[in-house]
Amino acid sequence: MPETGSNTTKIDPITLAVIQAGLQQCCDEMDLTFSRAAFSPVIAEADDRSDGIYSAADGSLIAQGAKGLPVFVGTMQFSTRHIITRIASGETLPPEPGDIYIVNDPYLGGTHLMDVRFAMPFYRDGQIYCWLSNTGHWPDTGGAVPGGFSASATAAEQEGLRLPPIKLFKKGVLDTEIWQVICSNIRVSEQRIGDVQAQASALLVGADRLTELLNRYSDATVTAAIAEIRTLAAAQMRTKIALIPEGSYSARAFIDSDGVVNEPLTIALKVTRHGEKLSFDFTGSSPPCAGPMNSVQATTFSSVYLALRHIFPDVPLSAGAFEPLTIIGHEGTFLDAHYPRPVSGCAAEVSQRIAEAVFAALVQAIPQHVTAAPAGTSGNFGLGGHDPEKGRDFVMYQISGGGYGGNAYHDGLSNGCSTIGISKAPPVEIMEQNFPVLYRRYALHEGSGGAGEHRGGFGLDYEIELLRGTARASFVMDHGRTGPQGAMGGKDGAVNSVEITRNGEVFIPPHLSKAQDIALGPGDRVRVRTPGGGGYGDPAKRDPALIEEDIRLGRYTPEQAANLFPVKP
Amino acid sequence: MTHLVAGADVGGTFTDLVILDPATGEVRLAKTPTTHNPKTGGQAEGVLAALSKSGTPLCDLALIVHGTTTTTNAVLERKLARTGLITTMGFRDVLELGRRTRPNAYGMTGEFIPIIPRDLRLEVTERMDAKGRILTPLDEDELRRNVTKLAKMGCESLVIHFLHAYANPMHELLAAQIAGEIWSTQYITCGHALLSESREYERGVTAAVNASVQPLLERYVQSLATALRAKGYRHDLLVMNGNGGMVPASQVSAEAVKTVMSGPASGVMAAVATGRRAGIPNLITYDMGGTSTDVALIKNASAPVSNEIELEYAMPIHVPMVDVRTVGAGGGSIARVDAGGMLRVGPRSAGSSPGPICYGNGGTEPTISDANLLLGRLPAARFGENQAQLSAIFETKIGKPLGLSVQAAAEAVIRIANTHMAGAIRMVSLSLGADPRDFALFAFGGAGPLHATALAAELGIPRVLVPARPGMSNALGCVVADLRHDAVRTLSRPLDGVDMTKVHAVLADQITQGTDRIKAAGIELTKIRTELSADMQFIGQTHLLRVPLPNAAPTREELQQRFEAAYHARFRVNLPTIRANLVNLNTSVIGERPQMDLSRLIDPSERLAKATPRTTRPVWFNGWVETPVYWRDHLPLDLTLRGPALIEQMDCTTLIHPGCTVTSDADGNLIIEVPHA
Repeated sequence: MPETGSNTTKIDPITLAVIQAGLQQCCDEMDLTFSRAAFSPVIAEADDRSDGIYSAADGSLIAQGAKGLPVFVGTMQFSTRHIITRIASGETLPPEPGDIYIVNDPYLGGTHLMDVRFAMPFYRDGQIYCWLSNTGHWPDTGGAVPGGFSASATAAEQEGLRLPPIKLFKKGVLDTEIWQVICSNIRVSEQRIGDVQAQASALLVGADRLTELLNRYSDATVTAAIAEIRTLAAAQMRTKIALIPEGSYSARAFIDSDGVVNEPLTIALKVTRHGEKLSFDFTGSSPPCAGPMNSVQATTFSSVYLALRHIFPDVPLSAGAFEPLTIIGHEGTFLDAHYPRPVSGCAAEVSQRIAEAVFAALVQAIPQHVTAAPAGTSGNFGLGGHDPEKGRDFVMYQISGGGYGGNAYHDGLSNGCSTIGISKAPPVEIMEQNFPVLYRRYALHEGSGGAGEHRGGFGLDYEIELLRGTARASFVMDHGRTGPQGAMGGKDGAVNSVEITRNGEVFIPPHLSKAQDIALGPGDRVRVRTPGGGGYGDPAKRDPALIEEDIRLGRYTPEQAANLFPVKP
Repeated sequence: MTHLVAGADVGGTFTDLVILDPATGEVRLAKTPTTHNPKTGGQAEGVLAALSKSGTPLCDLALIVHGTTTTTNAVLERKLARTGLITTMGFRDVLELGRRTRPNAYGMTGEFIPIIPRDLRLEVTERMDAKGRILTPLDEDELRRNVTKLAKMGCESLVIHFLHAYANPMHELLAAQIAGEIWSTQYITCGHALLSESREYERGVTAAVNASVQPLLERYVQSLATALRAKGYRHDLLVMNGNGGMVPASQVSAEAVKTVMSGPASGVMAAVATGRRAGIPNLITYDMGGTSTDVALIKNASAPVSNEIELEYAMPIHVPMVDVRTVGAGGGSIARVDAGGMLRVGPRSAGSSPGPICYGNGGTEPTISDANLLLGRLPAARFGENQAQLSAIFETKIGKPLGLSVQAAAEAVIRIANTHMAGAIRMVSLSLGADPRDFALFAFGGAGPLHATALAAELGIPRVLVPARPGMSNALGCVVADLRHDAVRTLSRPLDGVDMTKVHAVLADQITQGTDRIKAAGIELTKIRTELSADMQFIGQTHLLRVPLPNAAPTREELQQRFEAAYHARFRVNLPTIRANLVNLNTSVIGERPQMDLSRLIDPSERLAKATPRTTRPVWFNGWVETPVYWRDHLPLDLTLRGPALIEQMDCTTLIHPGCTVTSDADGNLIIEVPHA
């Protein structure tokens, strides 16, 4: 057993574990309430939301719901911290019981504008005991394109309505004036009141549950437990760090382009384990970019945290887990964008490329614990237009998964969801019910799994035809130039490809994975093939029977297999 | 005497048999080891052994109801009949691609094996649109070629699954007819037939599971029926379905997928029947076994049914089944102190092999069962042979790192396990819109009654019910279950635009079909009743809310009012400006069987006039307390006991915490009142 643990514990270990479970259940109930009552399918079906408890002093993470969207690991502690600082400085009005702040400013501890955060001070005996906060992805917050994912925005104003922390609920009552301002600046605002009620009632449920916990175990005990849980999480992260041999591990990851300037962006990462510390140095990464592929600091940090959580899933979500980690060198790069740099791609794409760099660095150090690179793009294809049969406008999103990387134990999963998401894909039948499109194909991306002793999983290959009316297509995807990286001698997975057929002519977007406002008419088609996962280990070591099976099942053609898996001499 | 009713349930370790005489309430019980015949995949030997052990001649039986795990095991182990798929051009990979998920939120690993391998999934040219309009006619020649190909590849069953067949099944029906003409298999499943609802993955998996377990179930059930006939049984064999109802063996394989999850369903049916007789209609069932704990919410003495059960990761079975949720820990869950120094229990389990240390089968990891033994809560006479080793392991692995004594360490393990189970039960209950405090806890399974009073205290539940035979609830469920037929029809239309005459026609049709099926079984029934409901939502929402219907001809206004009332009850929100959607119409036709007398599940002749402990032994409740130990079968019906107490019976121990009061009802169920601060 490690030297840390009960020797330093002031509170008995059973009560500690029970309070930890109590805090966790409080957050899980907030998550559940939010999803069940929400209108937006992005929240209700895709669980693109997260709830947590944050410290009154500095907003640091106390507990977070287990079913929150992974990209939100740690982000809300930054936005809560900004609210606390701004209250102290007088920029934001001081809180009163029943107030709920709303904020979606990416530069104040956020992701993109669509991720709207609510924060509620939680009072005990007239003092703020902690903050309850949550984030929900709203379907629209205004801006140049419906849904907010403009592939060619060059400033924050083009991306949507930006809210600094303001009180949306005052003493428990919705401020209808602010609400009207918001509604006048976003699309399909009629249903948003349902989401706002859901988001607020999740916080109220959390407050009820937390009150019960405090009443049962006393404020002093819970406070001591919170401190102890933080210490233990830090200790646990340090034992994970101890698995990594001392030294530095470098890796790079590339973003095809920023959507405006057609040149790749580089994430340069050096991970160093030194004693009990693990540092992540982004020095040498590309400077801020013109298009929306910038990241803000909160998202950059969260992406590192989330990658580590994928590697060590049993370390609890607590600020303590982040203590032994330092992140440096991001200042001045596109991973630390400031106003007015556009950032809509940060949560969905840049975050996954940061995670890929972390995987690629650490797989060298602890190959049993890390996979080769997963597809790592959200594959966002947006189609907006007019449906003459229904007599109305529509906005459709097809978000796709891809293959996962092989690992020390088995092949990668096919068509897994993005590294930062956990949502299910909508069924083709429901897409066709709702939108004037016809899927010609929804299939395995054959040949896409990266070669390796354990090969990568396969991506998705779909083709959509516009049936009637006119529409404009936009793409915010990635991995069009280079495939997800192989590891330990494994090869890269296949690249993402977008192929548009208009009036019988094939068109490939110049930025490969990003394009905006491509006009389509009836009969025009869009075919997307998403990346396969990176292979793990030397392809020559793959069991010939498995290669044979993949050929028999048509996953690789015999020619592909012969090229990818050289026969052992 | 040919009126006895037998329920035979096959579990992972034991096959349980309950034989009940409806006239006198007399009961015979038998337990035998479960058998797995590798040839038939069947469990018939164990069932026959149990019947033989009971000493009941089969000619005395009027009804045998069988709960089997044949199909569940076949799916989980992927030991399936070779099955081919014919599907829409461009869509053969739907069954492999799934819904773009991963097994765990964190960790980019995990594997998935599709139900039908890729080389047995073939496409044909055909296409419907979402409204059921034919865009491309079915290419019949291509279909014939592919069907022939699958037959030649050794397939035994066939799935025909076309896009939007829920909106228009014509192509599926035509393809099935053509396939039937050129291929003699009796196992053809059309996607729309089991589930007429959009979502191609869920519908496809449901159909594929059905087709690929059909031949296995048919062979097994027929071999069992034949063996029973040979031994003198003269009636139909009935088989439990996952919806908590039974169907004749001759009908069961047509909808074989419905038998998946039948084991947990019959446990819930036993709880429904027991609760109804006890006058306790609202129950949370708590079935804790060796590897997992199952929970279900019973409201108004009726079993909860859901159309959206997931058997395991990415394996949705979307036919109506009793909504039983697995919430994790079982007696074999392993406790450890993690690297940060925090005590954790589960999710790893010692399972049934090697099992907990106290089983003496080579287990070396401390488990929940071991902790119970160390605290004196399980009989040392049965499990205590290696108690010294057990103490040493708890001391090294739990006690020392936490600075606790062996007993305090064991108590901590139980406390943490209970906290997590209570949390999981609360989440299940809340996700179904219910407050656990409004329910009684119905504890069964080998370990349920050991933890129930502590859980009830944790959840604020005032009362625990421990049935007479907690270890044989599934077999009892087979005895008391009704016949049941469910139908679901998807309309998915805005309520203000839906054709109400069509709604009425659909409901009437569902009732007629269900009633005909029930009558065809030829079983003695007291009445046939129907339960009608609509699944609704506000336009723009994705979650559905189930709204009970007053009759088979509801008006539009009634639907709107009932939906709004149900929505307000669930979310405390009124949304008058948003329109409602009518998504599904559901009908359950239930053939009620005569109520069974459950008062003799514990032999009345065994009961003593006064509750007298057999012995006492020290049990740990924050310290050792000398605790009376009662033998369940000896307890009188006018019982009043105060905790602490242990009540032991053949296959189960009930733990009564200090401060709790135990009484008995007329059936010998223990009713435990749990005080709350």
